[in-house]
This record gives sequence, structure tokens and C-alpha cells, in this order.
Amino acid sequence: MSDQQVDKGKRGFLMAATGVVGGVAAAATAVPFAGSMFPSERAKAAGAPVEADISKLAPGEMQIVEWRGKPVWIVNRTKEMLEGIKKSDARASDPNSDVPQQPEYAKNEYRSIKPDIVVLEGVCTHLGCSPQYKSVEAKGDMGQDWNGGFFCPCHGSKFDFAGRVFQGSPAPTNLRVPPYKFVGDAKIIIGDDTKGA
Amino acid sequence: MAAAEKQPVTGAGPLNGLLTWVDARFPLIKMWEEQWGKYVAPKNFNFWYYFGSLSAFVLVLQILTGIFLTMNYKPDAAHAFASVEYIMRDVWGGWIIRYMHSTGASAFFICIYLHMFRGLLYGSYRKPRELLWIFGMLIYLCLMAEAFFGYLLPWGQMSYWGAQVIVNLFGAVPFIGEDLSIWIRGDYVVSDATLNRFFAFHVIAIPLVLLGLVAAHLAALHEVGSNNPDGVEIKKQPKDPQTGLPLDGIYSHPYYTVKDALGVVVFLIVFSVIMFFLPEMGGYFLEYNNFIPADPLNTPQHIAPVWYFTPFYSILRAIPPLFNSQFPGVLAMGASTMILFLMPWLDRSPVKSVRYKGPVFKTALALFVIVFLLLGYLGTEPTNVWGQFGAWLGNADRATVVARICTAIYFLFFILMPWYSKIDQCKPEPARLTW
Repeated sequence: MSDQQVDKGKRGFLMAATGVVGGVAAAATAVPFAGSMFPSERAKAAGAPVEADISKLAPGEMQIVEWRGKPVWIVNRTKEMLEGIKKSDARASDPNSDVPQQPEYAKNEYRSIKPDIVVLEGVCTHLGCSPQYKSVEAKGDMGQDWNGGFFCPCHGSKFDFAGRVFQGSPAPTNLRVPPYKFVGDAKIIIGDDTKGA
Repeated sequence: MAAAEKQPVTGAGPLNGLLTWVDARFPLIKMWEEQWGKYVAPKNFNFWYYFGSLSAFVLVLQILTGIFLTMNYKPDAAHAFASVEYIMRDVWGGWIIRYMHSTGASAFFICIYLHMFRGLLYGSYRKPRELLWIFGMLIYLCLMAEAFFGYLLPWGQMSYWGAQVIVNLFGAVPFIGEDLSIWIRGDYVVSDATLNRFFAFHVIAIPLVLLGLVAAHLAALHEVGSNNPDGVEIKKQPKDPQTGLPLDGIYSHPYYTVKDALGVVVFLIVFSVIMFFLPEMGGYFLEYNNFIPADPLNTPQHIAPVWYFTPFYSILRAIPPLFNSQFPGVLAMGASTMILFLMPWLDRSPVKSVRYKGPVFKTALALFVIVFLLLGYLGTEPTNVWGQFGAWLGNADRATVVARICTAIYFLFFILMPWYSKIDQCKPEPARLTW
């Protein structure tokens, strides 16, 4: 036995093979650990669509509903507010909503299905703070050229009443429009836009 | 057998017998002498050398107070805020343990920043201490993670929205960002799942890594030996014929044991004043908004991280979005901490210590300190704190413009270092230590 030559090639191959197989097994073991950090079934279920009743939403008012833990704004926009959106065209970084931050049916002038009712995720596209409603009258706060919209208190991003971000804001894109649909005139389903039902 | 050849332990009075018994079975005396008792250090350690041992002291304080806080804290979105108030009001001694922990967090960063600045001053990152510096940097990263995870636990408004902002930073990563941030939160928003896992990271995962790194940091230090304010290697000096030590070397014990003990005493005086009289430190150590329970539907007027993150946060805010993505800002913020890892290779100066470096490096370092403090201040304030420039500068926020200039200087300090540290007019290093 002692005069037997050590086959270094074979030994190296066995070492490498053992290492690779063991390494793959170790990496595969990481799957359940990493997987356990994804949202649980319960958390996913809690992300189901929500219903909002807008029958009492007066012109100029905003209603906030919670969907997937995020504030979703529903604003009943007045004529003046809609005009303010038109006046803000020049200041918006993406006036035609080219960046897909909205479903196809909201890619229009007012970023909504109906011109007066807008549905927006109230989450700043910069770092997820919730911007504040600043009416057309808030010129003292927001400057003389303000035509109404939203202002993010965290880092100063400005949006118009269609959720379009203004140039020079830290937020890179317009506010997101969630998938939604009307059921009759007084009800909105947020998180679901499938037809029928 | 080696154990049989060991000398009996002396100098421990009635414990000599017990320690001799232990030492025969465990490398007790060897470890003590290598790591501290017979560790030879330069004789001229000054004020800046307090902060290493103080950091270790605060680490112990944080672990001790942390253990007792977990006895009454509940990592549950429905109960977390109330359980902290319960600790403050109803648990015997709870308020002092909690204030020790919250003040300790800021104290930790003060000590670490001063400790790191000491490294910059005296070139403590230079060869052969590169790995020592890298271990230190890893400790600093762990500490930032620890502070970030810990800050969510009281479940106040600032906890909640701070975590929201930081987790969304990962959402800016191209392609996988959205899924990555959902994976980190374990939900579509910061929620109970997020709180629970941050608790796990804060109380067990990160502290374990942190302790391992501290052990590695100390082992590396005691292997290569301490630098000193002159940046002269005492190991290269001739030995004193009587003691066998390098000419300018002394034993850590008792000399630096006594010095560091004094440091701890003075530290505890300052620490106690803050803990008893100013635990909130005017909103810098504990932010006022954090005394309001977390509300996912209502963002506070002004969100700012705790002071120790603000320089990097300012850099994040200063970088404008490119190509509809704010990833460049996130990248710059990451780079601003990561670039410190490269210090051992960026500094090409022939001398280590600032004492013998030339005017160019001194100016650069002074500028860096000013810029770092200014960025830190701006990070605590809203971007409109200094008003706007006129129309000639596009009505830009003054503070944003200043932050952009500071960010540029911050990075230039590092990027240009290989060049300016080389051309600088340095003075010759002395053969012996001065004071």
C-alpha cells in the first residue's frame, strides 16, 4: 500500500466534485430561508381589492382609502382644478404620461377614467412619503405660479392635480394610478380593473 | 506536555491556585498577555486614543441595556409603541434602561466617528493596518444597519417613515428594485412583518456579526501593533537592552488601563448629563415625531433621519434623478460610505501622520471635515431651510445647491487623494516618538 502512487488528478477531481455538490446543496438550503422573507399568504390576501363609496365626495374634496397599506386618493376635481392641470403642462416633466405609471385607460390629459374623478396612489415616487393636498389657493405657501396639486413634505416634490410631477422635483416620475374601475356612479373598486363582474 | 511546563500564576493573591489550575487547562495567561497585559503600545497616545476603548465600552452598554429592553418590548405592530411607553412608565427602572440605550446609540456613533477621524489624522489605515481598517469599516457598516433596524422598533411616526424611505432606496435598483423592496419588507408596505424581522436583525443577527468583527478588529490590531500620533513604527525601533521592549513602547497594562479608565469616567459624566437632563437632545437623539404612533396614511411634515445618518442622506438628496430614476442618488449615497474602504490605497503620502504631512493634505482634510459637518447639518433640515435663489439660478433651493457643492468636495477628497497626497511637501518623520 505504501508504495502506491497518489493519483493527484483523481484526488483533485474528487475534491472539486465534492465541493461543488456540497456547495449546490448549501445554496439550495438558502431557498426556504430567503423565501420565508417574501410576503406570506396572509399578507398577499390582505392586498386584495378594496371598494370606495364616492357618493358623498363633494367637488374639491379628497377621500383617502387604504389599499395594500398604501393611501389611495380619490379627488373630485372642480373646473378650476382641471384648468390648473392644463396650466401646469409646461412645468410637468412628463406631461403626456409617457412613463407607464398608469393603466392604459388613464393615459390621458387628466390621467383618469372620468375627467373629474381622479384616483392616485398617495405615495411619492421619490422615496414613498405621502404628499399633501395643496389647494389652488395655497399660493402663499407654494408660490404665485401654483395652480393646485400635491406637495411632498419629505423632499419637496411637487405634483399637479393629475399627479404629474413638476420639473426640478426629486421624484423621478408621476404619481402612480392604481388599477381601478367604476361600479355604477358611486362606487370605485381599487386594485381590480377586470371588465364584467 | 506543554501544560506541565507552565509557570504557576502569581500576583493574584488567594486566586493564584485557581488561576494556575485553569491556566494548565486553558490558554488564560497567554491570551491575556497577547491581547492586553503584555501588549506593547507606543508611549504617546493622546486624547484621540480614548475612543477605541470607549466604543467597546458603549458596545457592552448597548448589549446589556438591549437585553433588558427585550424583556418588556413587544415586536408587534399593534403593541410595539405601547410597549415602549410601558417600559418608560410602568417598568421599574425601565426609563433609565431605555434612555441609556437611546443615548448610547448616539454616543456609539460619536465615539466611532471620532475614532475613525483619528485614523484619518494619523494614517492608521496605512500598511500594515489595511485589514484592521477594513474590519473597522465593516463594524461601522454593521453599526449603521443596527441603528437603522433598531430605529423602527419604537414604531413611532419617524421610525415608520424613516424605514419606508430607506427600504424604498432599494426599490430604485433597476429591474429588480420593486421585488427587492417587497422582499425586504415582507409586505407591500412597512408593516408588522417588517417590524418582526427588523427586530430579529437588531437583537440577534447583526449583534452576532458585530461581536465577531470586533474580535477580528482587536486580533488584527494586536497582531500588527498600534499606530500613534507620529505614525512611526515602534516595532522597527531598536530594543531597550534592559526591558527588551522597543525604545518608545510600553505595556498596555497598567499604563493604558489607567488612561482608558479615566476616559470611561469622563465619558460617563458627559453621558449621564445627557441621559438624565437631555435624553432627546433637542430632537437630535430622539426625534419629536417619534412620540406619535406610526400612521401609514399620514406622513410627517418633515422626515429626517437621526443625526448620524444625515451626511449621507444629504448626498442622496443632492443628486437629481437621471433617466427617470433616482438610482444615481442611491448609488452616490452608497459610494460615499464605501469609498472609505479604499483609504489605505488612496493615500500615497510618504508619511502617515498629519503632523508630517504637507499643507495640501492638511487643507484637504480640514475641507473634508467642514463639508462632512455641513452635509450633516443640511440633512437634518428641509431643503428649503435657506430659501431659494432668484430666477437667475432657476429658483433653486440654496441648501440643495450647497449640498451639491459639498457632495462634489466630499468625493474629490477621496478621488484626488492619490494625486495630492503624492505631490505634497511632507516633513521627515522622526526616529523617536515626540509627544
